[in-house]
Formats: sequence, C-alpha cells, structure tokens
Amino acid sequence: MVATDIQNAKLVYERPESLADVATHYCPGCTHGTAHRLVAEVLDEMGIREHSIGVASVGCSVFSYNYFDMDFVQAAHGRAPAMATGVKRVFPDRTVFTYQGDGDLASIGMAEIMHAAARGENITVIFINNAIYGMTGGQMAPTTLPGMKTTSSPRGRDVETQGYPIRMSEILATLDGVSYVVRRSLHNPAEIRKSKKAIRYAFETQQRGLGFSMVELLSSCPTNWGMTPLDSLTFIEDKMVPAFPLGDYKVIDAVKSMKWKEG
Amino acid sequence: MAKELLKGNVAMAEAAVRAGCEAYFGYPITPQTELLEHMAARMPELGRAFVQAESEVAAINMVYGAACTGKRVMTTSSSPGVSLMMEGISYIAGTEVPMVLIDVMRGGPGLGNIAPAQGDYTQMVHGGGHGDYKTIVLAPASVQEAIDLTALAFDLADKYRAIVVVLADGSLGQMMEPAELPEMQPLKKQLPDWAITGEPGRDRRLLTSIYLQPEDEETTNIRLQRRWMEIEANEVRYQEYFLDDAEIVLVGFGTAGRVALSAIRHARAEGIKVGLFRPVSLSPFPAEALRLVARKAKAMLVVEMNAGQMLNDVRLVTQGACPVDFYGRMGGVVPLPDEILSEIMRLARFTPHDLNGHTRAAWLDRLEVVRGAK
Ligand SMILES: Cc1ncc(C[n+]2csc(CCOP(=O)(O)OP(=O)(O)O)c2C)c(N)n1
Ligand code: SF4
Repeated sequence: MVATDIQNAKLVYERPESLADVATHYCPGCTHGTAHRLVAEVLDEMGIREHSIGVASVGCSVFSYNYFDMDFVQAAHGRAPAMATGVKRVFPDRTVFTYQGDGDLASIGMAEIMHAAARGENITVIFINNAIYGMTGGQMAPTTLPGMKTTSSPRGRDVETQGYPIRMSEILATLDGVSYVVRRSLHNPAEIRKSKKAIRYAFETQQRGLGFSMVELLSSCPTNWGMTPLDSLTFIEDKMVPAFPLGDYKVIDAVKSMKWKEG
Repeated sequence: MAKELLKGNVAMAEAAVRAGCEAYFGYPITPQTELLEHMAARMPELGRAFVQAESEVAAINMVYGAACTGKRVMTTSSSPGVSLMMEGISYIAGTEVPMVLIDVMRGGPGLGNIAPAQGDYTQMVHGGGHGDYKTIVLAPASVQEAIDLTALAFDLADKYRAIVVVLADGSLGQMMEPAELPEMQPLKKQLPDWAITGEPGRDRRLLTSIYLQPEDEETTNIRLQRRWMEIEANEVRYQEYFLDDAEIVLVGFGTAGRVALSAIRHARAEGIKVGLFRPVSLSPFPAEALRLVARKAKAMLVVEMNAGQMLNDVRLVTQGACPVDFYGRMGGVVPLPDEILSEIMRLARFTPHDLNGHTRAAWLDRLEVVRGAK
C-alpha cells in the first residue's frame, strides 16, 4: 500500500481568502477569472481584505461582488469611478477599487474615469480590456481592433465609419493626477506573474496615499471572439499586444521607490 | 439662534451642513450655484467631503457611493442637471440608500432659462428614472421653510432609506429673507447595519440594485411599495390659509402658492371668500386633506408655474367633487398677484359646473389675453 504522508505535505496552491468559495459564471477559458484571482491574492498578501471596499461595474464582471469576499457596492454602467470617489471620500482609510471592462470604462464611463484620474482619486482601477462587449453578446467596444468582426461590426471594424481603438493607459498617463498606470496581459504564465506584480504596485500606491492607480489587463473572450480558449490566448499575443503595447505608462518616483516585504 | 437676512440657496446649504451632511457632490448650474459654492467653502473647513463633479451624472453616482456608507449625503442642481441625474436616482432608489437632493427649478424645457419655474413637478413626483420607485418631495415657499425642510429631508431620508427631494425654484434660491438657522447637529455616530464600511470582523456586506431573478426583483418592489405606504400614512404635510369659510379654494405649492396667497389677501379685502391649500409634501400628496376641502368648495383653482403638472393630481384626488380650474405661467414667468386676483374675481362672478376637458384650452386662451395686454 502506498501511504500518502499528508502531514508533511506542503500546501502550495489554495483559494485566496479574498475569493469566495463559489463557482464563477465566467465562460471556460475566460481570463476574467485569472484577473479575479490575482486581485484576491494581492489583497490577501497585503492583509487588507477586510478593509477593502470593491465597486463592481456593469459587464461580464457585474457579479464580481459574489466572488470577492469583502464589502461591495454595484455601480451603474460606466460610473464605478464616480461611485468609488463617493465611497473613498467618506472612508479615506479604506482600500477602494473598481473592476471594469472596456465598454464600461472607455465608452460610457469615459468621463468618470478621466476625471477620477485627473483628480488623483486615491483608488485602484482594474481595467479588463478584451476588445469587445462580452456581457451583451459581442458588440464592438471602443477597444475593438480595426478589421475585427463583432456582432455590431459584422464586416469587421471599419475605421472610416467606426473609428479607431482607444488606448486608455496611454491617455491616462498624460494626467498629472495619475501615479501608476501600466498595461499587462493575461495570455501566458510569465505575463500573469507580471500582472500580479503590477496589481500589487497599484494597491501599494493607494495604501500609501500616493493617488490614482490603474492596471490595464489584456484579457480573453473566447465566447464572443468565437475561438477556443487556447486560440484566444494566441490572439492576445499576436493581435492585441501589438495594438495595445504592454508596459509602464506612468510610474511616479514615489511609486518606483516603494518597498515591501513579500508575504 | 437669532433671525438673520439669508439668501435661499445659502440658507439651504447651511441647513444641510448643520443637519450633519458629511459629503456633498455637485455641478454648477444657475440658479442653484450659491448652494454649491457655500458647500465648497464650508465642507472642507469642517473636514467633510466636497467634490465638484465633472457632470451631474458623476455627481449623483458619487452620492450613490457615499450614500452606501450610511452617512448623510447631498447633491443639488437645477432642472437640466436633475434630468441628467435620473439614472443615478433610479439606482439609489433600487438600492434603498438615503440621500437628499435639492432641485432649484428653472425655466424649460431644454436649456430654457435661469428664471424660476416649477416644471420638474412631474419628473420628481412621478418618477423620471426607470422602474417603480417613489421619492419624498418637499416644496418650501419661504427661506425659513426651505431651511426647515432641508433639515427634515435628512431625517426622513435616514428613517425610510429614501430619496428626499427639496423642490425649490429660482426665486426661492435667489431671494433674501430674514430666517433662523438651527443649531449645528452632531454627526451620526452609529451607522446603520447595512452600511458599506469596510469594517473588519463582521460578515461582508453588499449593496446593489440588481436582482437577476424577476421574483427577487418583485420582492424588492413589494418592499418599496409597502415602505411607500408607510410614508403616505405618516409624512403628509400641507398648509391651509383662510379655508374655514372659503367657497373658492386655490391650490398651489412653493412660490406659486405664495403668490396666490397675496392675491387671496387682496380678494379677502374685497369680501370674497377664498382660501389657499398649499401642499408641502408634493409626494406623498396630501390627497385625503384635499379631498375634504374639495367637498366643501364651490370651485378650485390650481395655480402653478408650469402647464398644470399638479393639476392632474388635484383632479385625480378630488374626483369631480368640485370644478377644478387652472391658471399657470410657464417657461420661467412668475404669475403676478394681480393675474391671480382677476382669476379669483372671475370665479367669484361665475363658477362653471363642469370644466372637464376644457380647462387647459380655456386657460391658454385667457393667458394669450393676459400676455396681449402687456
Ligand atoms: C446605461 C446602460 N446601457 C447599456 C447597458 C447594457 N450593457 C451591459 S454590459 C455592456 C457592455 C459591457 O462590456 P465591457 O465593459 O467591455 O465588459 P465585458 O462584458 O466585456 O467584461 C452593456 C452595453 C447597461 N447595462 N446600461
Ligand atoms: S462572454 Fe467573454 S468576457 Fe464574458 S465571461 Fe464569457 S468569455 Fe468572459
């Protein structure tokens, strides 16, 4: 008989405390779940789960409040940064973050994100860029690539009539109120690690009262892209990364010099 | 505290500060701007939150966030800005969090003008945002009443987890009158058990207006309806003037009610038995009280600074107990006491038995004559 010595086994992977023990409704292969986990791990490692208040947006992540185990409010479509402003101004010592899709943040909520950033609101924004409107069934988003087929650009996004994609990290980086804005991707383990580190930086920025922080994450939508999960990761690498280059768009010196003990 | 000469907008702002308002979010718009400006000066000096938002859409959503913390929060605006706030108002109602909104109404529709009007009655009293929700709407007719109702608004909002609107107009916002401000109230110490506070050591809390299962959403709607019935039972407010022997009863709220009252005083001096019923809570509407008045009256005249938005409610409530006539000015024109006096004289000379259907057409004809005479 082979005995398994669980007493001496080392636990190397478990559900973060910040993530509720429920199944998510995300489609198989969707990287929304990966992003959730990264945020949860960071909040755990920083020990700030119970002091955090999340602001859910409207999009596929509308039920993110069911998955994160902390106080949550649910914003109207695009208004999460305004709602987060209201919460944060009343409770400046709480960690307040929004979790928004690209339709939410870069289309209907453009004014709210720009002005929250310009005011240097001390909040953290997790921005999921999947180049499409996921929840409503795959319409064109402000981030849809030129030529990309969606249900509302059935012949492919025609830039003559439907304009060009918006690069939010680059735009926000021009604002003096922004302290930390970077773009990362969720398409392979190396990038996922970098994404997590960026999320840590963003929350540390807020924790130290240094101002507005945002992490843009290139994310997959196999369902509405009409691809297998694997192909959609390749799509991110081959098509999205060239259009939305990964990198640090603005990191102020005070953020660069932050130090913390790894948990 | 002694009486001082106060401008309406400033008085309402200071009343909110003293009622313990801890967060204010707004966007400039005439004729309410002094309100925002007063908050800009006062809130930071008291260590409370003030943000000039990028739009009324943002302002109401900041209020939404702050209201979820259970603290006292307020925004203020004027008609076009309030139209923009309708999205947030519906969400706040659906989430059942308390807030106060002061609407200093101006002429419309559209960009209109900055003169006083009452064109927001329908959008505030009968909704404006989507879904079945009700807001408490209080209409002051003087600076003192504006102060008192602002303070009351915060209490009612907390008590019923409700949206309370103080529906003023440009003349109330801009006028100066002697009035007395209340003492500064202490800030709320105990936050309600639903408040989002990020407090460690308890179960997590969630505030949302989404109920994906229709049955759950219906449960919420039933709760909202029941709570509204409680509000209807407890929070009706109105003022009666010279009604004891009145044969002609004027019905008007806010500034229109106030102008009507001065016309009534002149008419009384001429021996005409006329009085005023002034709803203070437009929502809940003082239905029962008005019904009783209608039973004793020979005729009613609804006076408004709009095209008869409350007229519809008065008719519905009085159910033909007496003829209901109408006189209104629109687009930012405030009726003169003389205009209302001649309306009273007209009704004193001849009271039609049945006005149904012809009220508005007849009023517009008379209005053309009044305008032509100038
Ligand atoms: C005011 C308003 N307009 C439209 C909608 C419908 N709607 C829901 S989600 C959504 C798009 C969300 O897309 P995105 O932000 O990219 O998030 P994803 O679903 O892709 O994660 C839209 C248009 C809404 N809920 N509210
Ligand atoms: S529709 Fe797209 S974004 Fe939404 S859960 Fe499915 S794969 Fe993810």
